[in-house]
Amino acid sequence: MRPNKGRSRFIVLCVAPAVILFFVFMILPTLNVFRMSLYERGAYSPTETFVGAANFQALMQDSQFIRSMQNTILLVVVVTIVTFAFALVFASILTHEKIRGKNLFRVIFYIPNILSVVVISGIFSAIYKPENGMLNSILSLLSGKTVTVLWKDAPLVMVSIIIAMIWQAIGYYMVMYMASMASVPESLYESASLDGAGKMRQFFQITIPLIWTNIRTTLTFSIISTINMAFLFVKAMTSGGPNGASEVALSYMYGQKDAGLYGYSMAIGVVIFLFSFLLSALVNYATKREPLEF
Amino acid sequence: MKDKKTSDNRLYKIFIYVALCTLAISIIVPVLWVFMASIKENSEFYGNPWTLPAGFYWQNFVNAWNTAKMGEYMINSVLVTVLALVILLVVALPAAYCLSRFWFKGRRFLNTAFMAGLFINVNYIVVPIFLMLRDGDTFLKNTLGTTFLLNNLVVLALVYAATALPFTIYLLTGYFATLPHDFEEAAYIDGAGYGETMVKIIFPMAQPSIVTIILFNFLSFWNEYIISMTLMSSSTGSRTLPVGLLNLMQAQQSAAQYGTMYAGLVLVMLPTLILYVCVQKKLIEGMTAGGLKG
Repeated sequence: MRPNKGRSRFIVLCVAPAVILFFVFMILPTLNVFRMSLYERGAYSPTETFVGAANFQALMQDSQFIRSMQNTILLVVVVTIVTFAFALVFASILTHEKIRGKNLFRVIFYIPNILSVVVISGIFSAIYKPENGMLNSILSLLSGKTVTVLWKDAPLVMVSIIIAMIWQAIGYYMVMYMASMASVPESLYESASLDGAGKMRQFFQITIPLIWTNIRTTLTFSIISTINMAFLFVKAMTSGGPNGASEVALSYMYGQKDAGLYGYSMAIGVVIFLFSFLLSALVNYATKREPLEF
Repeated sequence: MKDKKTSDNRLYKIFIYVALCTLAISIIVPVLWVFMASIKENSEFYGNPWTLPAGFYWQNFVNAWNTAKMGEYMINSVLVTVLALVILLVVALPAAYCLSRFWFKGRRFLNTAFMAGLFINVNYIVVPIFLMLRDGDTFLKNTLGTTFLLNNLVVLALVYAATALPFTIYLLTGYFATLPHDFEEAAYIDGAGYGETMVKIIFPMAQPSIVTIILFNFLSFWNEYIISMTLMSSSTGSRTLPVGLLNLMQAQQSAAQYGTMYAGLVLVMLPTLILYVCVQKKLIEGMTAGGLKG
């Protein structure tokens, strides 16, 4: 046995930098989110006054905050459902069908995932441009008259953001599911096929149940991730505009920080933090099934 | 009966190909369009967006690189990304090694803490981090008369590395735990110290995991813009590439410098696209092996 002192010194040397970095830039700020939500802080001076739950009470009457929460929920629900539906169907097709250029499709579908959200918002501003934009020019071509839809204006702005978010997310989840679907034994499909089960039936009764554990985990994580991605997209695409119509909870939080209302901003942070965890836990609970073995 | 089945099958095949191609086109075409737009002259942006460029108008790139300072931002981004990756590896590798292969007091607690860190998203804690650094700067100004925490690329790299720690340590501990202990015992018998064993025996074996970590974190550091925008907010200070692009896109709304903006877009996405083309297989393997990253 080696001297114990050298061993402890080695361990401390190895672990300490990571712990310090992690504590200073992650744990401390997280604790601060909760602490600061109970305080009022001057915009330019670090003096803080304790205000209790006043920030939270003000939140409940803030119609702009309520709208941003509604937008967040809308994005989470629609983006998650549509993305998962597409990702599962495409993954199933690419795994089970004899498709020419299978690999090429996979490579292409994953591209949006490696682009910065700023780049994606630039690409989509070229798509959504009212005059001479890609989308409107295609619509003009199809309908035979000049179309000038304002995609980033009040009634459509959320739809535009939803499309961009789905565009970005499909590939990621598809690749994820392709990996888990590849592990389902082919013999199950062969025997189902012999028994006369169609593709639809195979998809719903073999594929989905057998990769359910994977779907469930990704679903739980995707809620937290969609709330964050919504912020990145909104901030880059619309900055919450026009007139707060596309504001989501985290972008509203960030806007309050810019306005110097730090305590209020952190109260919003606490609410979304708890909300995202509760929703994830709820989904995790509601999707619980007995895991199937194969 | 048989005829119906084959024609059904053919219809199904056609449907599949149409669906796959639609999605592929919706991804490829806008990306290529941006490349095409980046060599168009400004006057070409009025009119049909689908006309091919009249010629190679390289001036866009010159403008983006010099006038819009994208060249300077590119160097900043390279610096921050490389520095953050180096810090991350130097800090995370030894920590993960000790956390997975040594028994010591507090090991379980630390492992749980880093796991919990997986759920902390930077978007929530960016405001407290900003305030902490600003308070630090105020303190430094009063005592030393100089500030260096905000608008500092090194600090930004440090924050990037810190926020990537939980996932990196999670991935590495998972890998280290699978290695048999015989390696170390043999090295100790040969008279190697702890540090020597770790650096010369264990780290080379972790090479595949290290490559995965570098790939994923390169993409996330290179594409990140919220932290960078918040911590590098001085109007005269340096910026990273995505934030520079965001400013360029916002300026473009009033100045209508389309060509320069699309050239900027190309400059931001080209490095990630090139990397992706080279290592796409590795990237997708790493993603499905490493599990989720929100």
